[in-house]
Amino acid sequence: MADKIERDDHSGTETTGHEWDGIKELDTPLPRWWLYIFYATIVIAVIYWVLMPTWPMLNSYTRGLLNHSDRANVAAEMSQLSAARGPMFQRLASATPGQLVSDPELQQFARAAGESVFGDYCATCHGAGGAGAPGFPVLADDVWIWGGSITEIEHTLRVGVRSDHPDARFSQMPAFGRDHLLTPAQINDVTEYVISISAAHARLEPDMNAARRGAIVYHQQCASCHGADGAGDRNQGAPSLQDDLWLYGGSRAEIHRQVELGRGGVMPAWEARFDPAILRALAFYVHEMGGGEPEPAPQEPTDAAALAPPQSSADAGRAMR
Amino acid sequence: MALRNIDGRADVAGILAILIVTLFLALFGASRAADAAFAIQMWTLIAATLVGTAMVTGILGRGPSVDQSSRYENGVVKAGVVASMFWGIAGLLVGVIIALQLAFPTVFYFEEWGWTNFGRMRPLHTSAVIFAFGGNVLIATSFYVVQRTCRARLAGGLWPWFVFWGYQLFILLAGTGYLLGVTEGREYAEPPWYTDIWLTVVWVAYLLVFLATIWKRQEKHIYVANWFYLAFIVTIAMLHLVNNLTIPVNAGSWFSYSLFSGVQDALTQWWYGHNAVGFFLTAGFLAIMYYFIPKQADRPVYSYRLSIIHFWALIFLYIWAGPHHLHYTALPQWAQTLGATFSIMLWMPSWGGMINGLMTLSGAWDKLRTDPVLRMLVVSVAFYGMSTFEGPVMSIRAVNSLSHYTDWTIGHVHSGALGWVGFVSFGALYCLVPWLWKRARLYSNALVEWHFWIATIGILLYITSMWVAGIMQGLMWRAYNELGFLEYSFVETVEAMHPYYIIRALGGLLYLGGALLMAYNLWRTARGDVPARERAGDTPVTAPVAAE
Repeated sequence: MADKIERDDHSGTETTGHEWDGIKELDTPLPRWWLYIFYATIVIAVIYWVLMPTWPMLNSYTRGLLNHSDRANVAAEMSQLSAARGPMFQRLASATPGQLVSDPELQQFARAAGESVFGDYCATCHGAGGAGAPGFPVLADDVWIWGGSITEIEHTLRVGVRSDHPDARFSQMPAFGRDHLLTPAQINDVTEYVISISAAHARLEPDMNAARRGAIVYHQQCASCHGADGAGDRNQGAPSLQDDLWLYGGSRAEIHRQVELGRGGVMPAWEARFDPAILRALAFYVHEMGGGEPEPAPQEPTDAAALAPPQSSADAGRAMR
Repeated sequence: MALRNIDGRADVAGILAILIVTLFLALFGASRAADAAFAIQMWTLIAATLVGTAMVTGILGRGPSVDQSSRYENGVVKAGVVASMFWGIAGLLVGVIIALQLAFPTVFYFEEWGWTNFGRMRPLHTSAVIFAFGGNVLIATSFYVVQRTCRARLAGGLWPWFVFWGYQLFILLAGTGYLLGVTEGREYAEPPWYTDIWLTVVWVAYLLVFLATIWKRQEKHIYVANWFYLAFIVTIAMLHLVNNLTIPVNAGSWFSYSLFSGVQDALTQWWYGHNAVGFFLTAGFLAIMYYFIPKQADRPVYSYRLSIIHFWALIFLYIWAGPHHLHYTALPQWAQTLGATFSIMLWMPSWGGMINGLMTLSGAWDKLRTDPVLRMLVVSVAFYGMSTFEGPVMSIRAVNSLSHYTDWTIGHVHSGALGWVGFVSFGALYCLVPWLWKRARLYSNALVEWHFWIATIGILLYITSMWVAGIMQGLMWRAYNELGFLEYSFVETVEAMHPYYIIRALGGLLYLGGALLMAYNLWRTARGDVPARERAGDTPVTAPVAAE
């Protein structure tokens, strides 16, 4: 409204003479420090443009005096890494499990590689440190469904369990309740029997009358896989029922539910994802978690492929970051 | 008869035309709907256009009329204040919920309610706070400020009301869409194509109302706040149009394909995303700062020249800085360095606004002790300065290699969002309510003090926890052992974040608590629990107003 220049009492600066809804403006010059820092950032930007790739051209871009390239840097770092780790990966891939357990340097390397891969790919289901979770076996104990030697663990890693691999480890417990293979009374009885033969019997105090009835059902329906004495059978992937470790929980209700549903999880086949050296490292790492078993005396012929050396040392560590 | 209101009213006719065309398009869409989500969205739109038609024609109640109790149009600003407060609390609440989901993922996971999943709630939070809360604050304050600084009543008759209600419809469609799983998957631009088109219509109306008001101003010059508002409205229109160039698969589906693909699409998104920060959350709120700080401090703006230089520098430089969101990605390196250098040059232009905000207080610093509203406004400018320094630092590629993808970014965003945008908005709303509802003062200054301190502690908890967490996360990700293997698995880094996520949720909770105090305080003020007083200059019209 009032186009009249005034002098501000506090700062001694003149106003611009404009006023809007009572708001006036001082005619303060630009703060010098502000201006100089602004110029400095422009200078820094220009220097950066000269040194680094910056401006797009018609078919290319200004490369900059430093000839800096992210792609080249990454390639150099990757080749440095594979040069540093390659020989060890090769040694790992060509070592037999027997050689591995007697070579401390190779063990240290396999442990580091295995830990790194396990943390990102396996711990999701099996838990940090192989602690397991309901439906996902504990790897840190000495109970193995499919075998606990390095060779057996490596085979499980390669082909997976109930995976889409043609040689997948495969077992299927029937859903005795859901599919009406047994009556509810029979399931109750067989649950009591399973508890009675397991180390859980002290904890859960089975009904022995029911267990005696359940024994008949057990020997008709369960013994062919889990064994007459409930010791399990690794060749069929049938877990032992003698101990007190339960994949789907060890309460009476949880054991009962597993007889009803016969659940079985899926472990992916890692053969296509990791090269043999990584699989070896993982097998060694899992083997070391707590309950690894010694190699069986004669090598199983089916594992020959796993022991073959990798195609090239460059392949080793391919899947490693 | 109700329809008498329409006689000779071009604004009413224009709005009715839009509503009717939208109604028919929505009916067509509903008839072709390929899935339930799209059908629900179309029926929402149909219901909204019917209610809108009823409101405009006066079938419900007394219809459109002009409130002459002030020389200015205050009704739509009042509605904007209420909407801001409502959406602000809703958005903050969703923020607290998703912070708790991150801190306690198994506790706050509801398998049977898929719509409460983090993936749907997160865009609900960002859109609610940015567009619903921030957008309503911007629309309300811009309508208030442009009238006073132009000494002109808001142009367009009913059109400002169309802008207000149209914008609420945009929010409703977008928010319910997210919960239904409808998303374009573009950050801060998740609404689907039809919601984008609706927003475009509303936004053009907003631009025209604003321009027409400036056009009929009775001041020779245009005040700096209005430059910033105009830059915000125009640039958001451009960003919105380009970023949302998508091709719907058909008229019965919410799904659409972006016109761009690959890294071009990524760059378009971040060109939009960064300038949504630059022009929505910076330029728009600087406009608020330029009106409400001098007004509340009762001091002249520190430097007119600085306002010109930093305005144009900001506008020119901001638009180039987007690529710094794509460092070390498939984006060509030259685009990354270019984005980084423009971000560095942006530092001082950003600080120009801070200097003008803070130095306007010179001669009135003592008011900070007694006026918590002014203190809130000034602290907002301090947070603005802090986050606009942090931004250029994080845009440097070497720094970004540590900070990228970590919660440091989240901390940075929230120091700007909670500290700057939130506080400057709260300050403006605290000013506006007594002015609009003609009250001598706020119901309680003590409650404003409580709000200020609770919210400030909340912000500090939030940003410090995210700094520590983010830097720790970045360092853990890049840690290698001596054999060349990663030291930590991803899940170990997540585990390490847990205590910080709890602190962050607590910070958010405090900030929400402050906003609830504010809502109570504003409600008591508006209800009339304080003496009445007319704001100077807002007296009723005596001379005939310029033709509507």
